[in-house]
Amino acid sequence: MSASRQGKSAADDAVSPGQPKAPGTTGSPRTPGSPGVSRTPGASGSPQESHARSWSGPGWGFLAKLLIMMVVNAIGVMAILSAYNAGSWVVLAVLVVLLLAADIIYFARRALPLKYLYPGLVFLAVFQMFTLVYTGYVAFTNYGTGHLGSMEQAVDAALIQAEQRVEDSPSYPLAVVRDGNDLGFAINDEGVVRIGTTEDPLEAVGGAVVDDSGTPVEVPDWEVVPRTDLFTDAALQERVVELRVPVSEAAEDGSIRTREGSTGSIYSSSLEWDPASTTLTDTETGTVYSPDDRGNFVSGDGERLAAGWYVPVGFDNFVRAFTDTAYAGPLLQVTVWTFAFGALTVLTSFGLGLLFAMIYNDPRVRGQKVLRTIMILPYAFPAFMSALLWRGMLNSEFGVINEWFFFGSGIDWLGDPWLAKFVILWVNLWLSYPYWFLVSTGALQGLPSDVSEAARIDGAGRWRQFRSITLPLLMISTAPLAIASFAFNFNNFTIIFMLTGGGPAFPGASVPLGSTDILISAIYQISGVSGGRADYGLASALSIIVFIVIGIISALAFRQTRKLEEI
Amino acid sequence: MTALSPRTSHPGQPSRNTPARRRRWWAEVGWKYPVALVIVFYAAFPLVYALSAALDESGSLAGSGALFRTISFANFQALGDTMFWTWVGNTLLVGGSAAFGAVMMGAAAAYAFSRFRFRGRRASLTGLLIIQMFPQTVAFVAVFLLLITLGEAVPALGINSKLALICVYLGGALGANTFLMYGFFNTIPIEIDEAARIDGASHAQIYWRLVMPLVVPILAVVGLLAFIASFGDFILAKIVLTGQSNWTLAVGMYQWVSNQLTSNWGLFAAGAMIASLPVLALFLSLQRYIVGGLSSGSVKG
Repeated sequence: MSASRQGKSAADDAVSPGQPKAPGTTGSPRTPGSPGVSRTPGASGSPQESHARSWSGPGWGFLAKLLIMMVVNAIGVMAILSAYNAGSWVVLAVLVVLLLAADIIYFARRALPLKYLYPGLVFLAVFQMFTLVYTGYVAFTNYGTGHLGSMEQAVDAALIQAEQRVEDSPSYPLAVVRDGNDLGFAINDEGVVRIGTTEDPLEAVGGAVVDDSGTPVEVPDWEVVPRTDLFTDAALQERVVELRVPVSEAAEDGSIRTREGSTGSIYSSSLEWDPASTTLTDTETGTVYSPDDRGNFVSGDGERLAAGWYVPVGFDNFVRAFTDTAYAGPLLQVTVWTFAFGALTVLTSFGLGLLFAMIYNDPRVRGQKVLRTIMILPYAFPAFMSALLWRGMLNSEFGVINEWFFFGSGIDWLGDPWLAKFVILWVNLWLSYPYWFLVSTGALQGLPSDVSEAARIDGAGRWRQFRSITLPLLMISTAPLAIASFAFNFNNFTIIFMLTGGGPAFPGASVPLGSTDILISAIYQISGVSGGRADYGLASALSIIVFIVIGIISALAFRQTRKLEEI
Repeated sequence: MTALSPRTSHPGQPSRNTPARRRRWWAEVGWKYPVALVIVFYAAFPLVYALSAALDESGSLAGSGALFRTISFANFQALGDTMFWTWVGNTLLVGGSAAFGAVMMGAAAAYAFSRFRFRGRRASLTGLLIIQMFPQTVAFVAVFLLLITLGEAVPALGINSKLALICVYLGGALGANTFLMYGFFNTIPIEIDEAARIDGASHAQIYWRLVMPLVVPILAVVGLLAFIASFGDFILAKIVLTGQSNWTLAVGMYQWVSNQLTSNWGLFAAGAMIASLPVLALFLSLQRYIVGGLSSGSVKG
């Protein structure tokens, strides 16, 4: 719910002229000499004078600041070192800049407002603004399964994928060794024990002990991982199977790998990387794979390697969303349903809430307080749980809805495209009418009674009063909320995912979309963040489309707010 | 309480039972009671049903149609054998930290905007207003990719870290809450600050000792809204927290019901009761304030 705050009060605050500026504060900051009395808060002027009156050395506040900054710096330096070790230069640079900025801001005497704004701005910049910009960037790339990293990473992946056991290579008795979190292999190469890790090629060590079968059982500086650990720890097993220890500094010598953790053999890649011509050559067949502009290595006769890197592809993702036969049809249906869902949800829940508010905004009805509490129960119940609860109740076999209200008939509420759509609107109505009931009740009580009275005297009927007086007045305060609510429901992932999971699936479609998917749940399915084939590029392109829609809605909201206020 | 007043203010409404009066009463007020019954049924029956399912000892969706057939706490006990309480802890930790951080950052920012006149103030306020319109949840792909990159450099901020999720939530803290708080801060007279400054109070003293206590109501509302928002968030939590022991309630309980709907039903219902009762109680008791906060901007479904 955090996303859609666009109440008109907020809008006004930003556009209306600010509070009158205090005299003497608009000019240059720090006008020395003026007595503290005339100081008004502003212009980043620190009140040196008044401060001096009671200044008694660095007080507790300063010590607390020092302590906090020490902790911040310690954590920052730790993170910077960690980024350095991992070789993530961008992250490193950003961390350094942020940490330096923090120290300057909090130890300098100027920039007072920034002292208050900085922490929030850091999070805003990294986790919201950056992600928005990054979404825009990814939308124009082919980032996704098969295009997951840079070209170098793709080369590495291609070399590894093409690795095969070298024929006639000996198999060495092998032990998995561990030093903290680092894993390595110790092999017995005809009496000489060699140890290596992913980064360090095999090197002979002295002082190792081997057992009768030749397997190293004790090596200096390393802990030999017991075989039982390998059998019981699936995660460790996986790491061991993926571990490659280069035989020597020369890549063409291959590397040691193991399948079961007790014998190792030499694997080497059938591909060869030539950095000068940026081509991969298959040493067996002689095929040359060269990079194309779509982030793939392609051979002369069009054969593509699985590993690719991501490259900018322009508007491809957008074009694909509209023209690709696999996507275009389902996405069009999803888009139509997204608008229908947002609009219908707001209309039904607003209508029902307003109706209830008008009915029960009547002092003659007793027990209003109890009634109101029960009526807003669905709103106070966490939304994701309500959706799951209804999912169970609507189960066609065991659900109580069929059992109680439809005489045990097996109506397939969640399996039929139209019923599922109806059910989503129904449940969302249950969830959201209390909000509109509360808002409308508040708004109704704020309406002037003399206008309706005058209308009544003039002979206006109830309907006429409602249409010509109550509703227009009510819309002034509720229209922005209705637009915000539409924007919220436009992206209401939770209810769709929890209730139907987007299903029932489109029959015969090759993409994992269904007839109740809205754009955001479709993006979730396409993005593959939860597993499966990932297409970050297309998903981000769709996110951009959603952003544009939201932007238009917000702009309309602003105009609407102003227009209504002019009445 | 107000229920008694109509009687006194309209003496002899239905009490003097002339047929005409009674007919008028039915036409204007009386029909509202049966309608209220229908509404109450619509609003409450799913929740009553959930309570009944939580107390049902069979624990499966099949045959749980009869209300309160058995009253047993077997489902509640069985929660102890699952990860439920871990998830409750995670939810409290993530939601609590996100709410606390949101309150602290939002209050500081609102204070700065409300009290200082600095260059770029108008621009930053407008910028915030624009940024907050674009929900973080739609950019989840970028969040996911960002956390993968961050995790390679600083593992504590990678995928499957609760700290990372808290940071993601805090990313939305400024945009979502500053305006709510800004308006409230503006209602605190600036003369209070000035008087304190004349008396020699430092900036920190004015902020922490004078202003913060005066804005506690809005701090509470923002904190509660931020907590409820992270409590109900599914998409970001699902992406970030991949390991079962790190899940929040939303992710964990979805897994129960989506995989084996029929067998975990009692568990789900019992868990829903436990998890929602505090939220429900808090919401109902703070209703007035929350509605005030909601109508000035945010919306739930």
